[in-house]
Amino acid sequence: MAPTLKVEPVPTVKAKKGGETTVTLKATLPAGYHANSNKPSEAYLIPLTLKWTAGPLQLDGITYPKPEMEKYSFSEKPLSVVTGEFAITTKFKVPADAQNGPAAQTGTLRYQACDNKACYPPKSVPVNITVSVE
Amino acid sequence: MRNALRLALLGITAVGLGTLACAPQEPVKSVVKDTKDRKHAPEFELKDVNGKVVHLADYKGKVVLLDFWATWCGPCGIEIPWFVEFQRKYKDRGLEVVGISMDDDGWKAITPFVGEHKINYRVLLGDDKTGDLYGGVEALPTTFVVDREGRVASVHVGLASKKDFEDAIEQLLQTPAAPVSAGTPDHRGA
Repeated sequence: MAPTLKVEPVPTVKAKKGGETTVTLKATLPAGYHANSNKPSEAYLIPLTLKWTAGPLQLDGITYPKPEMEKYSFSEKPLSVVTGEFAITTKFKVPADAQNGPAAQTGTLRYQACDNKACYPPKSVPVNITVSVE
Repeated sequence: MRNALRLALLGITAVGLGTLACAPQEPVKSVVKDTKDRKHAPEFELKDVNGKVVHLADYKGKVVLLDFWATWCGPCGIEIPWFVEFQRKYKDRGLEVVGISMDDDGWKAITPFVGEHKINYRVLLGDDKTGDLYGGVEALPTTFVVDREGRVASVHVGLASKKDFEDAIEQLLQTPAAPVSAGTPDHRGA
């Protein structure tokens, strides 16, 4: 059965106009599964990717989890993967002209998971956080 | 006394060997279902790289190895060279390998992969509907070996054993194809 990546809800993010803020997403894959890291070791593999699509904040950089190098029965060389619980941190800039009050910052987290014998189609998990601009 | 003991031991050994020789052989476990347990493989309608519509019925009378795969699937990449070998080795005896790619990016992703891996069998662009027809194919690779009567003889989910595939193919190829009745259009062959 295809594994589901669980993303923990993020508490409301307070953002000061003209400043910076950081959002950390905590995600968990079920035991026995892995997902390719953001920089897979083979070109044909689909990377873990977070894309912010809309919201008041301006993207300033994403830090993906440090990959593990794991060997599987279907790979000659170890693969760059993430397993279990991991975190993805996004740095945002808060535009000076952002509107006061709560707003939604939305994105998608795309991953492609496998176990030791099979792989599962890539999936996208919606990410929604509430930003309170002050 | 010593001779009598020797004879007795020889007798026991002979009986033991005789028992072993007469013991029923453990049947070789087959991955192929009994014919009575086989169900018809669902019909599909998919396109190949040239846009030609292909149905499973086109392969009536053939043994078909139907492989659901994707370019991003590592275990699929292990099996594909086996299937290339099977297509070459068994085509003349009535095997057709058919790959059903589940790549969302379609031919843009599939065509270079086919060239790179020298795939010598027909590849079709799959879709969720076809996956659902085959029991909701999610794990890749998933491979169905279909007998000459169009029935599913074995299913292999995930990276399987080359020997299991080959044993199934050999077994199914031994069954001769049923004669095509007069007036029935013959769509066989890729």
